[in-house]
Amino acid sequence: MKITLSHFEAAFLFALFTSVVMGITSKKSDKERLNYGAYCFGCFLLALFCIGWLERLGHG
Amino acid sequence: MAQSQAAAPPKEPTAPVSVWIGPVIAAWLIPGGGHFLQKRTGRGALILASVTLMFLFGLGMRGMMFTPERGDILTTLINYGGFLCNLANGALYIVARVFGYEVPDMPGDVHDYGTKFLVTSGLLNILAMVDAFEIATGRKD
Repeated sequence: MKITLSHFEAAFLFALFTSVVMGITSKKSDKERLNYGAYCFGCFLLALFCIGWLERLGHG
Repeated sequence: MAQSQAAAPPKEPTAPVSVWIGPVIAAWLIPGGGHFLQKRTGRGALILASVTLMFLFGLGMRGMMFTPERGDILTTLINYGGFLCNLANGALYIVARVFGYEVPDMPGDVHDYGTKFLVTSGLLNILAMVDAFEIATGRKD
């Protein structure tokens, strides 16, 4: 079975899995973990959209 | 003599190896295993799900597994670094290799994402191993 994902889908999954583990391993209380995981996920998505639009504008 | 240097903070006593070696090896072999061993089931389950799914998506996208090859400095760095990251997946990596997973390096965005997923899942498992170590030595809850 071969999985074919679009750029967005692959980057979204990458952001999700990475944020979960970074949230769990980085902070000391559950609330801090949840906040940090959500923050990382938001940063990943923000970077994804910003860089995506930059590339689109750069390439015309 | 002027006291220009701040006093060094007292060193924390290092925990004996027998305290942390079990959780760290468990964390390497099975993602989240170190947390399960120390009764952090919820966190262990989330790590297990995230690392395993990432690895499986990497396999599904036909990502390349690195082998330790020598060449110029950059080639050596990439291949050895990638190999260590793949190896950090523990049992997932071993099982995939035993069942003959072997994909050559080929162009293509999906394949390239797969390679990154396989490497990153190993890096995330290293984070989980460090976390298991810190829990075992009492530096973290």
